[in-house]
Amino acid sequence: MPKGVTKITAFIIRRLLQTVVVLIVMAFGVFVSVYAIGDPVDMLIDPAATEAQRLEAMRNLGLDRPLWEQFARFIAGAAQGDLGQSFVYKIPAIELILLRLPATIELTVAALILAVGIGIPAGILAGLYPSAWFSRTIMSVSILGFSLPSFWIALMLIMIFAVALGWLPSTGRGDVVTVFGVDWSFLTIDGLRHLVLPALSLSLIPMALMIRMARAGMREVWLTEYVKFARAKGLSPIRVIGLHAFPNTLIPIITVLGLELGSLLAGSIVTEVVFAWPGIGRLVIQSIGVLDRPVIVAYMLITVSLFILINLVVDLLYAVIDPRVGYGDARK
Amino acid sequence: MSDGTAGASGAGDSLRPADVETPLRRFVADFAESRLAVVGFALLSLIVLIAFFAPLIAPQNPYDLLEVNILDSMLPPGETGGAGYVHLLGTDDQGRDMLSAIFYGMRLSLTVGVTSALLSMAVGTTIGLVAAFAGGRVDSFVMRVVDIQISFPTILIALILLVALGRGVDRTILALVVIQWAYYARTVRGAAIVERGKEYMEAGLCLALPRYRLLFNHLLINCMPPLLVVFTVLIAQAVALEATLSFLGLGLPITQPSLGLLIANGYDYLLGGRYWISVFPGVALLLTLVSVNLVGDQLRDVFNPRLRR
Repeated sequence: MPKGVTKITAFIIRRLLQTVVVLIVMAFGVFVSVYAIGDPVDMLIDPAATEAQRLEAMRNLGLDRPLWEQFARFIAGAAQGDLGQSFVYKIPAIELILLRLPATIELTVAALILAVGIGIPAGILAGLYPSAWFSRTIMSVSILGFSLPSFWIALMLIMIFAVALGWLPSTGRGDVVTVFGVDWSFLTIDGLRHLVLPALSLSLIPMALMIRMARAGMREVWLTEYVKFARAKGLSPIRVIGLHAFPNTLIPIITVLGLELGSLLAGSIVTEVVFAWPGIGRLVIQSIGVLDRPVIVAYMLITVSLFILINLVVDLLYAVIDPRVGYGDARK
Repeated sequence: MSDGTAGASGAGDSLRPADVETPLRRFVADFAESRLAVVGFALLSLIVLIAFFAPLIAPQNPYDLLEVNILDSMLPPGETGGAGYVHLLGTDDQGRDMLSAIFYGMRLSLTVGVTSALLSMAVGTTIGLVAAFAGGRVDSFVMRVVDIQISFPTILIALILLVALGRGVDRTILALVVIQWAYYARTVRGAAIVERGKEYMEAGLCLALPRYRLLFNHLLINCMPPLLVVFTVLIAQAVALEATLSFLGLGLPITQPSLGLLIANGYDYLLGGRYWISVFPGVALLLTLVSVNLVGDQLRDVFNPRLRR
């Protein structure tokens, strides 16, 4: 037993170290990449401004300093949660991101709920009746979900449900309710109607994944002895599926779901742009358009950190939940 | 019976050349087993031909200002324009013929997709082979980097790179290569580790063949089947990613509209009911991706030894 514990500890320490290294490398990459681009002064200052006004503005923004000094200030600031002021909004970049983050989280969580709520039952059905017509339909939809770019699917959804049928609004967030100082759409009918299309379009990729995993898991587990025994006992099919078969397919599904949460945070960029959803993805695309560096950097650092953290937690949980996972280098 | 052409096998005259099962014939027969894959292949061939000969077959050169008439703008599909011919798929806001714009857009999308897939295959294959052959620390370091990179959302990596590099065909290709090399490296390394243990490699080592010859003439050839499958999948991924990036305004510049940019351009008019500016380029993109995927799926089945009868 102690041997097992030290192995887990070693695994956790190695995984944490790796996380720190990746974070530092990414922070460096983000800084260098964003600060290698053109001079933001040209974008922000009236072209008719005099040379003196230009220099004055550069001094105010800290852009007259050499690159290494800007980097040192950046690192020192980042450690204290200060990534500079947005050139455009004139408020701290971190604050700006945090203001927009709830909208993105709302969208992401709604997409995950749709993916699980539709994908898993559909996958179970397809796994139980692999050759039925509806199973083939489900699988075709999942293939399309994988191979089509999400912006294309989003456009088609707008075409069909907003333009042709006129059932749902196509852009924006609708009415919001403020709870604890944060705006939420899902608490009003109008907000929910605005949420449906973006969430559905963002959910298609994880939904396709859920369908595949639930289907593969069910097909595998349906042939095992304990499921056969449960059926032979005369248990109702619902009970067999719900209590005996399905729970045993859950470990990989939960893991993938955790990892998808991170991917959705990044994937929401596209959805937010198409549906004009005021989250961090749309913010960063707009900021790239006007070279609002502090916001771009803050977005990337926050998204990358969130992503890395989610992956770390999922990895550690996975190792704890599933005793079969090796803690060493998996590849031997 | 036209004889005297082959007969290299020296088989008896009961065995006509047409009956000899060469690897190529077997491959074609296996591939043709799926109707859907044949349709996909035909569609893909057509798309490639259109892309290649776009300047010859398009009704107009959509980027020649002399041929484009602003008075023709936003004509619905089937309307006849000022130049006297029918705009089958309508025109866009500047009076460009959509059919021609789509042909040129396909050309650009496929060029970017195939070029970046080929380049990343070259880079990834080399790195994967070296990792497999070097083993030890080099191997585990390279594979750790590959694992971490593959776990990152592609759109995030592309975003960071393109913010730094700016828009442009060459930059988009570079970003795609940085994203995709890891998939090739992983595939090749896996295949190479299996192949390395086989007898022909031992024989080559005993013959003291030069390292590069062993690697590229012997090992690499035998790693080709999985590589080809990954190649088709990643061409589709590259085309889709380029379209997404261009749609977001990060990929190609406005002067070089790929399918993604055409769709983005039409998006503004979609809500007003002028669907054709956005939808037809979208359909072209859809057909391209589906046909590549159909061919790739069938290739995977053909190369999968477990499915061999």
